[in-house]
Amino acid sequence: MSDARSDIFARIREALKVKAPKPHLKGEPKPGSTSSVAKPWLPDGGETADASLSILAEQLAKLKAVLIRVPDHASAAKAVAELSAAKNWKKVAYHGHPLLRPVAAALPCETWEADTSFEKQRLEGCDAGITTCESIVAQLGAILVSSASSGGRALSILPHVHVVVAEASQVVPDLGSALALAKARHGDQMPSMLSFITGPSRTGDIERILVLGAHGPKELYLVLVG
Amino acid sequence: MSDSKAIFLKDATVNAADGDQRAFIRKALGGYYVNRDLQKARYRDWERARDAASLAKWSAVNDLANVLEKFVTNFERNGGVVHWARDAAEARAIILKIAEDNKAKAIVKSKCMTSEEIHLNDALEKAGYGVVESDLGEFIQQLRGEAPYHFVFPCMHVKREAISELFTKHLGTAPTDSPEELTMIARRHLRQLYVDADIGITGANFLVAETGQISITENEGNARLTAALPRIHIALSGIEKVVNHLDDLSVLLPMLATAGAGQPMTCYNTLYSGPRKKGECDGPEQFHIVLLDNARTRLLADPEQRDALHCIRCGACLNVCPIFKNIGGLAYGTTYQGPIGSVITPHLRGLKQWNHLSGASSLCGACTDACPVRIDLHHHLLHNRRNAAKESPTLFDQVFHHGFNFVIKRPWLFATGGRIFRATLPLLQKLPLPYMGAWMKTRDLPKAPAQSFRDQWKNQNV
Ligand code: SF4
Repeated sequence: MSDARSDIFARIREALKVKAPKPHLKGEPKPGSTSSVAKPWLPDGGETADASLSILAEQLAKLKAVLIRVPDHASAAKAVAELSAAKNWKKVAYHGHPLLRPVAAALPCETWEADTSFEKQRLEGCDAGITTCESIVAQLGAILVSSASSGGRALSILPHVHVVVAEASQVVPDLGSALALAKARHGDQMPSMLSFITGPSRTGDIERILVLGAHGPKELYLVLVG
Repeated sequence: MSDSKAIFLKDATVNAADGDQRAFIRKALGGYYVNRDLQKARYRDWERARDAASLAKWSAVNDLANVLEKFVTNFERNGGVVHWARDAAEARAIILKIAEDNKAKAIVKSKCMTSEEIHLNDALEKAGYGVVESDLGEFIQQLRGEAPYHFVFPCMHVKREAISELFTKHLGTAPTDSPEELTMIARRHLRQLYVDADIGITGANFLVAETGQISITENEGNARLTAALPRIHIALSGIEKVVNHLDDLSVLLPMLATAGAGQPMTCYNTLYSGPRKKGECDGPEQFHIVLLDNARTRLLADPEQRDALHCIRCGACLNVCPIFKNIGGLAYGTTYQGPIGSVITPHLRGLKQWNHLSGASSLCGACTDACPVRIDLHHHLLHNRRNAAKESPTLFDQVFHHGFNFVIKRPWLFATGGRIFRATLPLLQKLPLPYMGAWMKTRDLPKAPAQSFRDQWKNQNV
């Protein structure tokens, strides 16, 4: 008996001997990458940095994510510390990044650099996780985190609150730009996980009524510096 | 009549008469229509964006061998293990073997319709593994012992009171009528299970050939947890899920969410390119993908309906389908409900037993209009009807078509027949006509005109 792989490929080649017509298109798209061709048809992500930032703010608000804009890193640390005090966080895990260590140091509670060891149970017991990100997509209000920029896979999903500290210069207009940037940055050494986060975890499974905090974080904060 | 048809007719009749349930479904979908239109309005040209999405899928499906080959090469380069399954039994065996080889005990799953298709849970449970569905809707359906009602919103037909009762019975929690509290009960219950599981099983929405990544779309974060905490990650996917370029996702991901759920993008869209890499602090040690054919190549061999393989399982066609809204998702008796299910099930599971689904349509075309990748859904239902009539015509098909053919070729016979028909029409109303019974139960035959159309025409034009 031949193996499954060659069987399936043989079936595919046989099936494709008869060609299917190209889908009926309203106008043949010019050749080029999908995103560059489709860009003028998709939702707007802003032509200028300012336009992108205002679209981002609007999208995040609709998604019930909280945007906190601060002028510099010292104020970012202060903002997160205030948040921590207001929400009465007891334990906070953070990604060991040079920009986040001062933020963690300013927190009025127990902190833990989560990428030093992988302890699921301990991470589960944390009130919040603080990470950086790869980029932020204005068009959709999506934050791209990765196993490289966010202290692995679990830190941005397991704790009950997720705080992202990022620079305003990390905002890109649309999804296509974020994907291109990730490819340019990592080449064929992509982090094992790249995740676009679009608001706090949610579900509508019960009577299609929106509930935040299904399995992932119930609250999402983006602290944007600059 | 095939068994599946008899069950379908019975369930559809009962459900269509259940006004309360229909109102409940309509209400549940009400918010979706509003949000979908709001999100669609943000597109500068939704129709052309559909062109781009359909072209992205067309290019991959019509070059499937090469694109799949490329995906597999890159997936393996990233450190993943590829398995091939010709059918459901092979896919189950592969997954059972991985579990056995690794002495796994507990398995947590995130939503994966392909696993419903191969009846994976049954097989795993029979082999003694504990399997938990982590998607809230799937979790509820698993406790209910019922198949998903809608492949995107699995328990949209269940009222909160019933869910509360279910949780009280199985989890021992206090009754509540708040969806929020019910969600939190499931959240608390499932958290520890993620932490304890050895294997996480997910589906895949897209396989990216260019980079060897798989893309998973979800809202709850359960797939993220499933692929983060257990030491083994197994993804199960149909072979048709590949796309050529990472860039294709810049169109497909937002459109999937907008068309299917009225969101700008779903909450988590995650790309996985392998097990934990050197220098990463967590993630599974092994990453497997099971690539499943299970009659997809049969659909591929039909150039007329090949585009049904472009489906990105957004669920939009179900949400707008008048038949789905009236008979509900369970009546279909299929893994994939609604218009897309009616189109592909006859290919996947046999036209003879499943052709009745081709009639589960008003041919209004709402599904075709809604589909973000422009699948010609309602025409495919007609194609299936035609194919079925060709392949195995029923007695009615034969008698009726031959009879009609005979009469229409003889004008005098046609005219005489018409005269007799007009004269006996009032009588016919009282007779139990074969094939007309269901129609006549709720409708009256119109009054017969005194003259035939041909006679009227003649008289007017002399
Ligand atoms: S057929 Fe089209 S509308 Fe229906 S689920 Fe598939 S992609 Fe969505």
